[in-house]
Amino acid sequence: MNNPLSPHLEIYRWQITSVLSILHRITGVVSSLGAVILILFLFSIGVSEEFFMFINNILNNVFLRTLLIGLSFSYLFYFSNCIRHLFWDSGYGLDLNTAKLTGWFTIIFTLLLTVIFWLLITGII
Amino acid sequence: MVQFNLPDNSKLVEGDYYKTPSKSNNIKNFRVYRWSPDDEKNPRVDTYEVDLNDCGPMVLDAVMKIKNEIDTSLTFRRSCREGICGSCAMNIDGTNTLACTKAIADVKGDVKIYPLPHMPVIKDLVTNLKNLYKQLKSIKPWLIKKSRNESSEENIQSRNEREKLDGLYECILCACCSTSCPSYWWNSDKYLGPAVLLQSYRWLQDSRDEERKERLKELDDTFKVYRCHTIMNCTQACPKGLNPAKAIAGIKQMIAQQ
Repeated sequence: MNNPLSPHLEIYRWQITSVLSILHRITGVVSSLGAVILILFLFSIGVSEEFFMFINNILNNVFLRTLLIGLSFSYLFYFSNCIRHLFWDSGYGLDLNTAKLTGWFTIIFTLLLTVIFWLLITGII
Repeated sequence: MVQFNLPDNSKLVEGDYYKTPSKSNNIKNFRVYRWSPDDEKNPRVDTYEVDLNDCGPMVLDAVMKIKNEIDTSLTFRRSCREGICGSCAMNIDGTNTLACTKAIADVKGDVKIYPLPHMPVIKDLVTNLKNLYKQLKSIKPWLIKKSRNESSEENIQSRNEREKLDGLYECILCACCSTSCPSYWWNSDKYLGPAVLLQSYRWLQDSRDEERKERLKELDDTFKVYRCHTIMNCTQACPKGLNPAKAIAGIKQMIAQQ
């Protein structure tokens, strides 16, 4: 008999915990891919001033700048949420309300870190 | 395997609309998943208008009213109507829960009712839970004693030892948690899922059980436990307020501390 499979992803309600879980996976992948840009940037410093300026010029447009902001968010979120996971792995913070609370806290913390990071980079603070 | 889209034979189509003759101003729409093995058609979502002035407070009351008064072919499991048998587990308003303990008033807008997610459908809201039962059997959900107790004494537990089972023994195996878990959706062939792992933890925590070591050894592989990524859909879904995610974390710790 050809029984259908009941609907799943498209009908299941998103919750803060599941959204952050998939975001953790996505930012993990993005961060690994982004490492190429980061390494290229660091590598260029070691090569020569000309090459550094060349790379710097490439990265210095609105599109790539936005991408870099996204990348920094990705790193900082992955970092913050990893701390949450470390607590979980030690058996703490697994009660539903705590997990929700630390979830929202992680988002706020990440956004805050991202803003501070870019204020530092652009020399505003 | 991860497959985000439903197979072709499982894709939903819009079904029939059943208008109520009632003139009441307290009418709610129930959108219910339907599939019958008797024809070759795809699953559909039928809409039933239900007069809430003439209906009990729970979603199960409405589903039974639909079956009794509007469409007798609607098929679902139910028994105790008080959240202890676990039969009427289904996906209501986007999360898995028991229809008998879910109040209609808690749902905003139309009440959408689907079978437990990512399961083979037998008919309408009835899914095939064979795989889950097979997995439950695999963790040996019973007390194992190696030494035979020849005396007539009971298996004594201290109050503290007994308290370790609180939050575990209450599970009614309704499968709400396992079928809410994306990891279980993609890997139900190898990952045991929250319901079975909570049961497993219940026996691992039992002071009278003498098979702890073997139980842990059996669980220690890449898939059985470690496909849990603490997504926590299980804990969010549990109609008994239990915490399978915490139990699984407990198992991981027990394996690590061996």
